[in-house]
Amino acid sequence: MQWISNNLPYLLAGISVGGQYALIAIGYSMVYGILRLINFAHGDIFMVAGLMMVYASASMPFYASIPLTLALTVALGFAVERIAYKPLRTAPRMSVMISAIGVSYLLQNIALYVTGGLSKEYPAIPWLSDSVVVLGATTKRVTVITPVLTIVLIVLLVLLINHTKVGMGMRAVSKDFETSLLMGIQIDSVISVTFIIGSFLAAVGSLLFFSNYTGVTPTVGAIPGIKAFIAAVFGGIGSVPGAVIGAFIIGICENIIKALHLTTFSDAFTFALLIVILIFKPTGLFGEKTTDKV
Amino acid sequence: MKRRMIALVMAVCVLALCACGSTGGSGSSGSSGDTVKIGIFQPASGDNGAPGKQETLGSQYANYVTPTVDIGGKTYNVELVIVDNESSNDKAVSAASQLVSAGVSVVLGSYGSGVSIAGSDTFGNAGIPVIGVSCTNPQVTLGNDHYFRVCFLDPFQGTVLANLAVDEYSAKKAYILTKLGDDYSVGVGNYFKEAFEGLGGSCVVESFQEGNSDFTSYITTAKNEGCDICLAPISVEALALFLEQANTQGLGMPVLGGDTLDSNVVAGVGKGTDLDIYCSTFYAVGGDPAFDAGFTKYMEDNATAMANNGGNTTIAACSVLGYDAYYAALEALKAAGSTAPAGVMAALPSVSFDGATGHIAFDENGDAIRDAAFVKHLNTASGEYEMYGEVKVK
Repeated sequence: MQWISNNLPYLLAGISVGGQYALIAIGYSMVYGILRLINFAHGDIFMVAGLMMVYASASMPFYASIPLTLALTVALGFAVERIAYKPLRTAPRMSVMISAIGVSYLLQNIALYVTGGLSKEYPAIPWLSDSVVVLGATTKRVTVITPVLTIVLIVLLVLLINHTKVGMGMRAVSKDFETSLLMGIQIDSVISVTFIIGSFLAAVGSLLFFSNYTGVTPTVGAIPGIKAFIAAVFGGIGSVPGAVIGAFIIGICENIIKALHLTTFSDAFTFALLIVILIFKPTGLFGEKTTDKV
Repeated sequence: MKRRMIALVMAVCVLALCACGSTGGSGSSGSSGDTVKIGIFQPASGDNGAPGKQETLGSQYANYVTPTVDIGGKTYNVELVIVDNESSNDKAVSAASQLVSAGVSVVLGSYGSGVSIAGSDTFGNAGIPVIGVSCTNPQVTLGNDHYFRVCFLDPFQGTVLANLAVDEYSAKKAYILTKLGDDYSVGVGNYFKEAFEGLGGSCVVESFQEGNSDFTSYITTAKNEGCDICLAPISVEALALFLEQANTQGLGMPVLGGDTLDSNVVAGVGKGTDLDIYCSTFYAVGGDPAFDAGFTKYMEDNATAMANNGGNTTIAACSVLGYDAYYAALEALKAAGSTAPAGVMAALPSVSFDGATGHIAFDENGDAIRDAAFVKHLNTASGEYEMYGEVKVK
């Protein structure tokens, strides 16, 4: 019992961090699946969602500021796609990627300008931020909520992808861009929906992440963003369940490494894992095998 | 046709460049008539942005009080050239070059030892002297002639904290949390470890990386190892996250730290919690009542200054050092009798005056000769630091 209450916090932290990575990783994975684009701005959308919440909650109650933040983040994701990626639809893939890097820096620097470069304290959301005791381990309620909420959202997303018309469109576009265009699929609206879902999940992720770790800085999206990206690659980029499982594995392993007193190497582990995966299984755990047709 | 267009465009560009070059040149030579420039090399963003701004504010206040200086029988206006080193060792070099090309006579800065060490060579190669404000790592001034500083050093600070841990809490085991690649953090951690082990204690040392915001595992380890106290010599931004999580997870041991803890950001996080926070620092309010009153009034009258101080008029120790560093620079300029950086550098070792933080003079390394640190304890009910005691070196 003593052993459990001593070591449970590591596992809880791992699962909770894993859930937050998962919500961001899906955004990377879905966009990659459909556009073959690594959306570098995704981590920054996550950061902007955090900042919006800071400013929104300063002037209105939570029942208004949370939906507003979610809505504005979705609008931002939609706008980024329309302004920075859509005009480059026919351009080489590299141009879109550079445009994504541009958006990333733009968002970071706007945040730097608005905040003055200092950390903004995230508001404590009443019920989520309370301390609870789980099997003798003290933690915030949000830590326990995160994995549950993540899984519920993922199940809904998988249902959406497999059982709705727009989901069918997404699957078709990710299979073959040109052919689905010829088959009369509204490619632009399918892509917009993808960005809307990705940004929405990033906004939920930011809500959970910053309730736990309460400082929002302009560069705060970088590390979770890159870890989530690794999770997406680990699980097989393009696959939603893969991204989620990859994220949980990375979150838990990271915290186990910290529990073994190897704190210095916890990030090194994550990046080493990426390299190993790319060498031995370039398509990731659940990645689709690409077959070249003659 | 096309080729001719390109040629035309290029010609226009060249002309424009020439025009820019000439106006820039005449501008700088015209303004250096009776102005002396002092560079402020401080972080205004990143991990140490908040205290960096407070330190800059101290120098700005000093500049507001004493905007002119008599050098060689002529009165010069002092102009502060402020750059942001973004609390980052890689950005520090370009911020330093910016000051060098602005033609400053002497530089004040920085908060944070890492950025000071990173920028040091750029200033050294340009022959510009620097007065370190609150960079406490010994490496900053060691082995060079151009870096001076007005604060005490980490070995001293580490010893003070180790003694505090043993005397106040009879601590046997300490948990030390440092940030990888941060010279200040690793430095204080090591000196504390040496001193603490010298007093018969044992230590668990762990570190975290840049960009880390999850401290739950570190806190769990500190608890599981049965440590009596926790030393956290980390940046203000990381401290805010760490202390917040320590509170919700019930760390259950006192947190000790160096001068970074002496910040109203930390005090704000600690307010209304059960945390037990101690820090060693440079200045205690009441040390120089005239300064306290003047600086508080300055912030009350100036909304930007108040915002840069974090929205209230709490006096941070680093602001006071920023103030003293400015006067050290003025003393050196007066003694040099010219605005040439080389002259100021030659004059600095003999500078000696009474500042707000006490008497300031430099030893052969360029470090301020200091034998006292203040230990403060956070009153979690009021959210303000209270004086715990003054510690002298034995």
